[in-house]
Amino acid sequence: MLLVLGRRVANIVPTLAAVIAVIFLLFSVLPGSFISAMNEDGRTTMDPAVMDRMRKEMGLDDPLPQRFVKYLANTAIGDLGTSFRTKEPVTKLVGNRLWPSLKLVLAAMAVAIAIGVPLGFIAALKPGSAIDTISMVGAISGLSLSQFWLGLMLMYLFALKLQWLPSFGYGDGGLRYLILPALALGVGPMALLARTTRAAVLEVLNADFVRTARSKGMSESRVVEWHVLRNALVLVVTTIGLQFGSLMGAAVVVEKLFSWPGIGSLLVDSVFQRDIPTVQGCILLIVTFFLAINTLVDMAYVAIDPRIRYR
Amino acid sequence: MNGGLSLWIGGGLVAVALFAAAAAPLIAITDPVMGANLMNAELPPSLEFPFGTDAQGRDIYSRIVYGARVSLTVGIVSQICNSIIGVSLGLSAGYWGGWWDDLVSGLTNLMLAIPSLIFALAIMAILGPGLVSLLIALGLTNWSYSCRLARAQVLSLKSQGYVQAARILGYGDLRIMFTQLLPNILGPLIVIATLGMGGAILAEAALSFLGLGIRPPFPSWGSMLSEARDQITTAPWLSVFPGLAIFFTVLGLNLLGDGLRDILDPQSTTRRGA
Repeated sequence: MLLVLGRRVANIVPTLAAVIAVIFLLFSVLPGSFISAMNEDGRTTMDPAVMDRMRKEMGLDDPLPQRFVKYLANTAIGDLGTSFRTKEPVTKLVGNRLWPSLKLVLAAMAVAIAIGVPLGFIAALKPGSAIDTISMVGAISGLSLSQFWLGLMLMYLFALKLQWLPSFGYGDGGLRYLILPALALGVGPMALLARTTRAAVLEVLNADFVRTARSKGMSESRVVEWHVLRNALVLVVTTIGLQFGSLMGAAVVVEKLFSWPGIGSLLVDSVFQRDIPTVQGCILLIVTFFLAINTLVDMAYVAIDPRIRYR
Repeated sequence: MNGGLSLWIGGGLVAVALFAAAAAPLIAITDPVMGANLMNAELPPSLEFPFGTDAQGRDIYSRIVYGARVSLTVGIVSQICNSIIGVSLGLSAGYWGGWWDDLVSGLTNLMLAIPSLIFALAIMAILGPGLVSLLIALGLTNWSYSCRLARAQVLSLKSQGYVQAARILGYGDLRIMFTQLLPNILGPLIVIATLGMGGAILAEAALSFLGLGIRPPFPSWGSMLSEARDQITTAPWLSVFPGLAIFFTVLGLNLLGDGLRDILDPQSTTRRGA
């Protein structure tokens, strides 16, 4: 198991290096820099001498390959640079936001799994029934909702009209503040999980080994428990892993809507402030988290399905 | 849900959105940007203004009708770009194999590692707000699914007799790819593109909501929601109707995609028992 983990982590490294290269190039090669943007927004006109000094201090005049190697080397030792705005290390800025973001994304996924998977499972066991139709109509509607709009509606109903829950902010970090953003974020993956689970279970129910199990007189509940559930879980777990990607994209908007102090709102604020080191740091952290989750998913396969072996 | 039914409902919803976008000047009550009239500010829905008016007294219904143009343009154009990129890369990678296949697969994995909305957000941050930037940002960041699908299909098709026959007849590689292989994988690709359009419309709304997409006063469903957020207590209808427009359009595309899958993709599992 440890060896498998080591291999998987080693596989991440080239992808991560490529992602770093893409992020670096995106923000370096394309025209426009932080300093010229400061002039362009019209509020400040800078002395060319000051601009030159700033460019030198930030190392923007060095040749591109040199800057890239420096960036890569610094990133490798965990130095993501210094924020243009606050002059604090990006690692610290991003680190402060990590836990709230993690909490939100994991809570949303927990809601999605707790409701979506059982719903899809029940729907598949009784295809064509009322509960199947209702949950699948609900699922396709959930997939079509824009998450921040759902958040806005939840905010209006539960925070402003009924006043059951706080409308925004992190508060003391308690559960009351987490419920609405987690719900808004969780409905999309919940809907997708219900659909995937249903499809996976239907697929397995038609498999030969299920027919064999039934024909040898195994009770239906045992068939479902022993054969169907385990086999369907592989596809469900894959979907969960992949959904984390779009969940973290959507989290940016939901965090902004609820003024949640996560990486997403830091990313959006930094984009507007043209704080490029912080923007790069946020994206890098989001990608790293996503890759780590998918490595865990790969590990989970081995636990769920004994046929899957990594050499 | 029944495949035929979802096809019809989905097609109907998409047709309504397309009609609204095409006929916007004819069916709008007032001009979406210039139609401001402070005498009518923040009126709730009524017979005169079916969806109410905003803080500047502009008719919400008219702005939604014009907003359909932005959403559908973004959805259709960005998916055409994604499909062209994905299909060209996937077809050629599957057909040629070798180092080109390795390169394309690596690129696809890279795209899958960066959440597409984050990627699009980074591109918008560099290009600045506007429709063209949106089309570029969303048209370049969501091709990995069609690429993977095209590649996988070509790998299983290229040893088939008719492909071999075409090769013996002296067809060039490009001709085989586009006249022999492409028609055989078009069905599932259309399904992916249809579902992707819904995703692009949601992404446009999200980016505009953040202030990175279409900027107010120009009407897009996302930018309307971004303006409406601050008035949610006093004028909730400002938030309700643009959100419903997004919902029904994306629902239409998703239902259409599901229905098309049942017809075009015989291997789909959602069909069984449905």
